[in-house]
Amino acid sequence: MTDYIIPLFIGLIIIYGCIKKVDIFDEFLSGARENLKTGVDILPSLIAMITAIGMFKASGAMELLAKAMSPVTEFLGFPSECLPLAIMRPVSGSGALAVFETILSEVHPDSFAGRVASVILGSTETTFYTIAVYYGAANIKNTRHTLASALSADFTGFIISVLTVRLIFGC
Amino acid sequence: MMNKIFAAMIILSVICSIFTGRAAEVSDAAINSCVEAVELFLYLIGGMCMWGGLMKIAEKSKLTDKIAVAFRPLARLLFKDIDLNGKAFHAICLNVTANMLGLGNAATPLGIEAMKALEKEDNACGTASRNMVVFTVLNTASITLIPTTAASLRSKHGSEAPMDILPCVLITSAAALAIGLVTAVILDGFGKTGVKKK
Repeated sequence: MTDYIIPLFIGLIIIYGCIKKVDIFDEFLSGARENLKTGVDILPSLIAMITAIGMFKASGAMELLAKAMSPVTEFLGFPSECLPLAIMRPVSGSGALAVFETILSEVHPDSFAGRVASVILGSTETTFYTIAVYYGAANIKNTRHTLASALSADFTGFIISVLTVRLIFGC
Repeated sequence: MMNKIFAAMIILSVICSIFTGRAAEVSDAAINSCVEAVELFLYLIGGMCMWGGLMKIAEKSKLTDKIAVAFRPLARLLFKDIDLNGKAFHAICLNVTANMLGLGNAATPLGIEAMKALEKEDNACGTASRNMVVFTVLNTASITLIPTTAASLRSKHGSEAPMDILPCVLITSAAALAIGLVTAVILDGFGKTGVKKK
């Protein structure tokens, strides 16, 4: 079933574009070019974060952190491999990407921890960045309960990702 | 924020490597990680461009506007006392649609536009209004329909079905969003009745 989603979705976009007489090839190129620019823009921070995470892991500090948090993660049934992702996800998009890449090079993407990490990356956003950009633009100093609400959503996402992977893949 | 995290990670790794005796591994990581970062970039950029191109077509053919119209009834429930013909509401609908389709580039400017319009409509004067909080939570708890980045990295690492996480992603993001919105609405109520707000 999930195999059909992507082809049908792409087909719909192209067919609808043809019906509306959009210059589909040129528009495709312009959209692709925009995202290429975004990609180049995040490359420096990707390099910074991958280097920092690589050093952090190689030094053994990552293991210490996972060990220190293990009472909490075990209680929640949260795979300890995914802990660095849960910490990084609300803070930095490229940082989360870097952590995700590190996790997948250690555990198989179709393993329990690999799937949980994938669901977390796919279903949450960079909370702090979004709040900073949006409120900065609207000139708001007092954000009231925004952070508390947003972090409660993130935390729910971490817990539910474990539950849904258990439920759907039964591992 | 990133300043502190970046500094803390590197300083901690240097200190930690002295105690664990893994200086050689850390120096390896410092030298070679940047290559990994570029490999990761090369791997992701293809998918990013491909989806960016498709979404541009969807935007130009007004397919995204169609989806935004479908979102209107739901948006009316979420935002209290909002002008349905106003600039803010229109930008909100388009922003949510762009987010759902993974159009990050288009979503952020629309989100900023919506926030500015909300600030005017709600006379915010430096303090976030209820609708602003709801809207920001809507954006921080993303409602992505197709997790393309996660899927392309999964297939890079040998996943047999990179998209098989889709149902989990949908359920998880819906649950996270629901809890975030409920929290936002409840805490807003507390703020108003004079109970000490968090």
